Amino acid sequence: MSGELLDRSVAERVIARALVHGGEFAEVFAERRGGLTMAIDESRIESVQSGAEQGAGVRVVSGGTTYFAHVDGLDPADLERAADEAAAALRGERAEPRPLRALESAPLPIERRPEQVPAARKAELLRELDERGRGEGAEVFQLRASYAEGRREVTVANSEGLFAGDDRTRVRIGVQAVARRGDRVETGAETLGAHRGYELLEDEPGEIARGAARKALTLLDAVPAPAGSMPVVVGGGFGGVLFHEMTGHGLEADHVQKDASVYAGRLGDQVAPPLLTAYDDGRLAGEWGSDGIDDEGTPTQKTEVIAEGRLTSFLYDRLTAGRDGVASTGNGRRESFRHLPIPRMTNTYIAPGEARPEEMIAEVGSGFYAVSFGGGQVDPATGDFVFGVSEGYLIEDGRVTAPCRGATLIGNCLDALAAIDAVGDDFWMKTGICGKGGQRVPVGTGQGHVRIAAMTVGGTEV
Amino acid sequence: MRELAEQAVAAALGVGAGDAEAYAGETTRREVRAHGGKVESLGAATQRGLGLRAWIEGRVGYAYGTDLSGAGVAEIAARAAEAARAADPDEFAVPPSAGGEPPALDGLSDPGLAEWPTDRVAELALAVERAAVGHDDRVRGVEQAVYVDSADRVAIASSSGAGGEYEASSCYAYTQALASGDAGRETGLGFGIGRGPGGLDPAAIGREAAERATAMIGSGKPASRACPVLLDATVAASFAGLLGNALGADAVQRGRSPLASLLGERVAADAFVLRDDGLDPDGLASAPIDAEGVPRRRTPLVEAGTLRTFLHDTYTARRAGAASTGNAGRSGYRAPPSVAASNLIVAPGELELDGLLGEAGDGVYVTDVAGLHAGVNPVTGVFSVGASGRAIRAGELAEPLREFTIASDLVSMLRSVRATGATPRWVPFGASVSTPPLLVGEMTVAGS
Repeated sequence: MSGELLDRSVAERVIARALVHGGEFAEVFAERRGGLTMAIDESRIESVQSGAEQGAGVRVVSGGTTYFAHVDGLDPADLERAADEAAAALRGERAEPRPLRALESAPLPIERRPEQVPAARKAELLRELDERGRGEGAEVFQLRASYAEGRREVTVANSEGLFAGDDRTRVRIGVQAVARRGDRVETGAETLGAHRGYELLEDEPGEIARGAARKALTLLDAVPAPAGSMPVVVGGGFGGVLFHEMTGHGLEADHVQKDASVYAGRLGDQVAPPLLTAYDDGRLAGEWGSDGIDDEGTPTQKTEVIAEGRLTSFLYDRLTAGRDGVASTGNGRRESFRHLPIPRMTNTYIAPGEARPEEMIAEVGSGFYAVSFGGGQVDPATGDFVFGVSEGYLIEDGRVTAPCRGATLIGNCLDALAAIDAVGDDFWMKTGICGKGGQRVPVGTGQGHVRIAAMTVGGTEV
Repeated sequence: MRELAEQAVAAALGVGAGDAEAYAGETTRREVRAHGGKVESLGAATQRGLGLRAWIEGRVGYAYGTDLSGAGVAEIAARAAEAARAADPDEFAVPPSAGGEPPALDGLSDPGLAEWPTDRVAELALAVERAAVGHDDRVRGVEQAVYVDSADRVAIASSSGAGGEYEASSCYAYTQALASGDAGRETGLGFGIGRGPGGLDPAAIGREAAERATAMIGSGKPASRACPVLLDATVAASFAGLLGNALGADAVQRGRSPLASLLGERVAADAFVLRDDGLDPDGLASAPIDAEGVPRRRTPLVEAGTLRTFLHDTYTARRAGAASTGNAGRSGYRAPPSVAASNLIVAPGELELDGLLGEAGDGVYVTDVAGLHAGVNPVTGVFSVGASGRAIRAGELAEPLREFTIASDLVSMLRSVRATGATPRWVPFGASVSTPPLLVGEMTVAGS
């Protein structure tokens, strides 16, 4: 573990100081973060940006209220100042923390540290993406490709004696292509990312540039998307954002405990057909949403959330787990030391089923095939969700026909979940950035093809 | 702060930069989250950071950090220079030039902020919750009532002379009310913004949340069709924000804006008049200078239905052979400046809600949209987003509606604006926008 961020004796002193006016729980979260981003646009390397920050957040929980302060810098004096600020509003008697004992946890392995790869090499990679994408066709007239690397070293210690650390490195590239034919302009985007080092980019990174360009070119022949209710087949990979929005957010225990989730009170209920089993798994090797520990020091784990259609678990951080008298599921995550941890998904996915994707489509007379999404949004309290389709096609007579532009899927979680009538035997994961409560964290989404018997497609062709 | 910025510029020049620009920012922020009559969390902190742009022979690089010691600043300078050397040269990449004396702006900071200790603002958050719950029996609670304030100090210095410094404060409170309906829960958002907590009305924020949540009880889906759509001010503001992005000259120059070829052309109905105003003290994006030290100003964007100008920063202005409109924006010291609207202001018209409904006749009143980040293609302007609201029948509000989409494209929507409301509202979703409700003559509604 990255013990050098925070000395054990300093951590003990900071926690003791945070509890000087009482409290049931105190914690210090120290972090060093840095990264590099760059892009190629109009075939020119630009937007080269490098950042480095370190600091710590201290929280004290007393009588159901969390008091929080954070500071830049990791000098012991800075940390004690944060502890004093967090404790300032409390008026109770000093509480005694337990002595710290180190938790053994291994960070995910990184083969090739990105910061040791010369910038020129990364620029070369971007030039290759640019060339590959533009090479797909003369109608590709704009292309932007970006590269991002980031490292977060964290150490967390708390008054219950936990002392744990993690060292997280993520690399991600993305390509957006714009294609034009006459007055028609269309776009396509692809990303590739992982909780891994530069080794991620050493096999076939050019493929995502070709993929983005092909999407944009395909859409040049697109017809306006249909409007109305119809069967929908959702593609694998980032299609999993459907489950992320439709179910994952509603399983986060903070929503559930405030009765602001349609899944509240439904633990053990059959919420989906038996063909559906789903997980949140923060341990998936190398995946974008994985970490060694969560941001409260709880080791990440694989949590079955739906077993053959039955709701089996919510997703917990320490505070919400304590309220329900269960153990944290390792889902306490925060954007940085400047934020409080809240229950968040890691990598969420629908386990592969038995249906063959081509048959799932053939069985649909006419409907809509949503290959990939730009993203989605849900109100966990009402269950209403919406997804923007970035690549979609009509299904006519059981065959995939014309590409469509401007489609959105809209529905309600419980209805849509119950309407899933096939899960494909193919499976892959994709990367996403999820926003909640003003905090953005990396999440993985995954599934094979999934079919929903009826869903509203919001296009322009009534 | 100004000294720190100047020291950073000198450090960058010392490690080989031909030109340099430093942005030093300090933010003191408080946040209270309340739920169930109790304070759930309370946080306060001050953070400082430095962002440095370095130009080396037409190449530009950026670095930021929070170690503001002499050694820390030297390291940021070294990283900025290193970043510049990794970039390709760009003939338009030049530092901003001093654009004359920045205007004196009063009213950006609320001096009363200091009179609101933390327990007083915590009480304000609790009052928002009480107002929501107390307004209607059907409101069972709120998910959270949140209060946030921040006091910012910004200083910008550059080797080319552009720069300045200012202070500004802002605050907001919001809550999401939960109402019980026959078929499940309904939610409604209420919010208020201001320069300080004295400018917020907790009763009004709670009431708005309660009214929006209870209004949705018993909602159904509309029939799919093309019809008049009335956007309330919060929804109109979201679309104005998208329009602001499309007006940024950077997107235009790179062929990624639906407005790229429409300068001087008719892009909207006469009823739709839009300006960018970086000087209105009620607009939270107002400041004497923009994010690269160029004076802020007022810029007419759409008048008589015609697109008058795009928004420029130094880079895009030089590329277009135009002058910066003072529209460099940035989200703090972690990001370099880029073109962004300051405050977008849609001119109010003459009709109150009754008049707008009468003008619509039969259609849909949209009070909330969802999924804008995914449902709008920023390059083409084509959109389809989730919506909820009320049916309009014979010029009157009728049954509540949910789970439908509205679809069009930005330019078609603007050309179809039939009337604007008389009462504007400041809305901070994504961009700082003041707009009245907008009546759009036709959009596609997809429901059942």
